[in-house]
Amino acid sequence: MDYGLDRKSTSLKTFNTIFIIVWLLIACFPFIWTFWGSFKVRADFFSRSDWWYAISAFNTLIETGGKFTTDAYTQAWTEGEFWKASKNTIIVTVFVVSISLFLGTLGAYALSRSTERYAFWILIAALIFRAMPHITLVSGYLFPFFQLQIWGILPTTIVVLVAINQPFTLWLLYSFFKTVPKELDESALIDGCSYFQAFRHIIMPVMWPGVITAGLFSLMLAYNDFTVTALLLNQENHTMVPKIQSYLGTNQHEGNLMWAVSAVVSATAPLFMLVMFFQRQVISGLTAGAVKG
Amino acid sequence: MPNKTFFWFFLPTGLAMILFIGLPIISTGIQSFYAQHDQVVKEVKKCDPFGCTVSIVVDNEETTKLREAKPLGKFNGFGTYVDRNHLAIDEIKKFWNETESFGAFVDQVTNLPFYKALIFTLTYCLFVTPNVLLLGFIIALSLNAVARKIRGPLIFGTILPMIVTPLVGSLVLFWMIDSQGIIGANIQNLMNDPYLSLKSSKTLTWITIIIYGIWHHSPFAFVVFYAALQTVPQEPVEAAIIDGASRFQRIKHIVLPHIYPVVTFVALISLMDNFRVFEPIIGFSAEGSAQSLSWLIYDNLVNEEVILFGSAAATSMMTIVGIAILLAPVLIRTWKEFKTAR
Repeated sequence: MDYGLDRKSTSLKTFNTIFIIVWLLIACFPFIWTFWGSFKVRADFFSRSDWWYAISAFNTLIETGGKFTTDAYTQAWTEGEFWKASKNTIIVTVFVVSISLFLGTLGAYALSRSTERYAFWILIAALIFRAMPHITLVSGYLFPFFQLQIWGILPTTIVVLVAINQPFTLWLLYSFFKTVPKELDESALIDGCSYFQAFRHIIMPVMWPGVITAGLFSLMLAYNDFTVTALLLNQENHTMVPKIQSYLGTNQHEGNLMWAVSAVVSATAPLFMLVMFFQRQVISGLTAGAVKG
Repeated sequence: MPNKTFFWFFLPTGLAMILFIGLPIISTGIQSFYAQHDQVVKEVKKCDPFGCTVSIVVDNEETTKLREAKPLGKFNGFGTYVDRNHLAIDEIKKFWNETESFGAFVDQVTNLPFYKALIFTLTYCLFVTPNVLLLGFIIALSLNAVARKIRGPLIFGTILPMIVTPLVGSLVLFWMIDSQGIIGANIQNLMNDPYLSLKSSKTLTWITIIIYGIWHHSPFAFVVFYAALQTVPQEPVEAAIIDGASRFQRIKHIVLPHIYPVVTFVALISLMDNFRVFEPIIGFSAEGSAQSLSWLIYDNLVNEEVILFGSAAATSMMTIVGIAILLAPVLIRTWKEFKTAR
């Protein structure tokens, strides 16, 4: 709010600056701290005697001879088979993003161009589906999936995640498609294009910002999912998030907890970089539904 | 768009939603009326020189056969809904008749698993949602007042808690406030109480999870409010300044009414998300003192011996009813608006 008339007093400005600094500290420090701690040994990061060890690296120095160690990472990625989990995550994410974008753009385009009443009801139904807690859906999946013997494998999980993701993708893309003027595809239709040709050659080329936003959100859903992946995949096929949970275990023997710490950092870093790169799209996506629609 | 074209465009996504959201809800409904089989028992007569005894043993072969023949379990009607782990009708009646005071009655009822979880879930929603709105709005106002150039990185820092998955977010916090973490250890020193820890007190656990919820969801409210603030028209604000309105009055009478629809949107979304709270309980390993409805379902589904499909399904159905109650006002309003718009 850069109002010409609006003069802020110095005390207000100072207060504002302090507030933002405090908030950013609360928001970011836990991540910075975990990142820092992931290069220590457990006795330092989870110190029983003195938390200052986490900074002075007292035990890390004794155990490994250096102030920083990457032991937790190497062990988690090799012994802990985190490489397998990240491979599974990549497979799941790539397929979920591409399939849900393909289905979502088609469906949302149809919804945005339909003047019928059922389009409205479909959107409302999607909103209700969006509100369903994922765990209630999973409790519906498990039994049929066991019977059909499709439990535990990646394709099932991919299809389920795509479906769970559809309501949100539809709403998001719907509000984006609404901003593309109708005249654009109508003129194409008059020129003799079919609806699909108009969609493919006229509308999609101007829709990239919306598609990227929707893709990012599908990616975050598939990448971050715990409920579905933890219950629908077997040990062998676990993705990163359930894998992290399995490191926590009930028997917290030495090392494993540090595996979890390093795994958390390994899983979070790519996501942060991606969001840093696409920050504008993430924000426009979050607000699309609220502000425009 | 003609109906036929609409159909083909919408078919793939519609099919996906019907098959994997619509049908599972129905499947959950059916499962909730069944319960796992009891073990088949048989009488075995054992005779030895001192006489014969009849003992009852589990017939494993028959049990397996029965389970294979009817995998869904035995029909139980609404039995699962009213049993001790769900609505616990009989227990409540008993408590009502037996307890002396109303307080004792409430105490007994809130110790039943379903009601315990329901109360935690509602408390979580009740505390997290308004605070998320408030904090998100304050951050948005505050960030909106800083120079445009440095806003980018500040926004990035602000949305970090939102983009990580709840499990990771709660773990990252848990590792800090645990008795061996940086904050937990310092609080212990400060209070001079070496036994003070998250797990030691139920209230403390609840407060921690609620704070986590606010930390995790506020960025979402912030982003939406921030975008909405950009659309606030300048003229009325300037007029208000000339008229001598204070900053607080300007926010109350001009900014808030303008972004009101967005506030309801954020409130609705965060209510929906808060109602399914589940991962933080695992992240904070708080199963002992805080259980949510979603966690109850999860717990039934990862049961070691037999997966309790019926029990999980019954809790699921009641959770869905809860969601329906939450959504009802919004749906009714939309329906009215839709009717008047026509």
